[in-house]
Amino acid sequence: MRHGSDQEIAVLGVGMHPWGKWGRNFVEYGVHAARAALADAGLAWTDVQFVAGGDTMRNGYPGYVAGASIAQALGWNGAQVASTYGACATGAQAIDVARARILAGLCDVALVVGADTTPKGFFAPAGGERKTDPDWLRFHLLGATNPIYFGLYARRRMEMFGATLEDFARVKVKNSRHGLANPNARYRKLYTLEEVMASQVVSDPLRLLDICATSDGGAAVVLTSMEFARKRAAQPVRVAAVSTVTPVYPNTVIEMPNFATDSAVGVAVPDVPFRDSIARRAYEQAGIGPEDVSFAEVYDLSTALELDWYENIGFAKPGDAEKILRDGTTALGGKQPVNPSGGLGCFGEAIPAQAISQLCELTWQLRGQAGARQIAGAKVGVAVNQGLFGHGSAILATI
Amino acid sequence: MATTRIPAVEGWFTLDDAPSLLGTRCKSCGAYFFPKETFACRNPRCGASELEETPLSRRGKLWSFTDNRYPPPKPYVAPDPFEPYAVAAVELEREKMVVLGQVVRGVGCADLHAGMEMELVLDTLYRDGENDVVTWKWRPAQAAEGRAQ
Repeated sequence: MRHGSDQEIAVLGVGMHPWGKWGRNFVEYGVHAARAALADAGLAWTDVQFVAGGDTMRNGYPGYVAGASIAQALGWNGAQVASTYGACATGAQAIDVARARILAGLCDVALVVGADTTPKGFFAPAGGERKTDPDWLRFHLLGATNPIYFGLYARRRMEMFGATLEDFARVKVKNSRHGLANPNARYRKLYTLEEVMASQVVSDPLRLLDICATSDGGAAVVLTSMEFARKRAAQPVRVAAVSTVTPVYPNTVIEMPNFATDSAVGVAVPDVPFRDSIARRAYEQAGIGPEDVSFAEVYDLSTALELDWYENIGFAKPGDAEKILRDGTTALGGKQPVNPSGGLGCFGEAIPAQAISQLCELTWQLRGQAGARQIAGAKVGVAVNQGLFGHGSAILATI
Repeated sequence: MATTRIPAVEGWFTLDDAPSLLGTRCKSCGAYFFPKETFACRNPRCGASELEETPLSRRGKLWSFTDNRYPPPKPYVAPDPFEPYAVAAVELEREKMVVLGQVVRGVGCADLHAGMEMELVLDTLYRDGENDVVTWKWRPAQAAEGRAQ
């Protein structure tokens, strides 16, 4: 296996379509983001040798072949293509496929793109009566929406560590401040603790403003070999690691879309729980530790989940997340800011685009192009997420 | 007309007065599965193919809980008007696993705290004509084990 700097690729260009509820074809957002990323890289679409698309499950057949759908809209250029799906980790999987091809020497220039058009309200399973599909069954038998799982994690934090509604609201207030100056964010409004806590309860203890919305949006990155990038950029941002780990049996934390955890009978529980293993694998690949990381983009599906992530990525010991939130460590200006982009709280989730948009933010921050939300002297950024069916990912970028 | 009680899903729980969830247990390594795994044990160091059906513990300790204040989307069959209900994650000691379930009507989050003992009952999920479609639900344990009805 390759190690350390032999595993690095360059991020030569990044681009997004603003998040919102635009109601147009997801392909449009993908094309917009791809063109922005190509312009940022100083490359033409015809220079792209490989296209990796992040699939969307809610836009019919074109969504299942997103790489080709967006390539066709850009104008067929003969590039090789792959389309991947990995729930919330979809974009990171697509990035990892492109990275593997570049590191294998199969191509120099890859475009990774994801975009989504989302329905209003709760995500629901695919249609029909599918009594062997756990995702269908969790809705039918339990009404277990995604916020039900987020609510279980949030309440567990309160019961285990004494987290309060005010702590959760403080995450939202912080992120809403971060996102104010982000032109790609859907929600650019500064909230107060009182407003968050007074919003409607959706799944106790979580309020409407604790839970991320579903959004339309698109994001793209142009990835290249280091050799190719060095001819075009003095100091390109580098992807040092991508982790797309699965859990190790027995996974003892309840996860979407399951009715039960694995049983821990007759077998040792892994030393590193699944959500901790996601960033840890990326740190191992890059040969660094959480203390070396300047900032993080984490998947704040709920405000409470952002607090879990502080511990999962090694920014805080278990039970200490509220402390580093309250003392400002994770706010812009603090020692290790989290979600400088504004996070999902300001964006809402556009599933196949989200992990790619996280890499866009890492890149802007590392280049010093993040404007009013810039983290001074950012050297290493990590982006993490987790979703249905044991998917999770971490991307580590550096300059 | 008398109503007929039918399970919301076949073979996931017993229909007697002291109902149990039905899982499977690996004959080789002892791991439990719910819903039933019938093809092969999912312990990657085992992988044996002999799994036997087994009732799961009727009681466990509350791991966490939340609720639905808004009607979930289909295929959930939500009554109109919608009545919020709690959902519990309960840790079974013998099986060393956590199992989700709705909480019975009339018990909300304010009545729950982590660690409390819960027990399994059957209750209506929705009405379908003359059918009372039932499912498993959790409720705070109401009597010492063995004396429960």
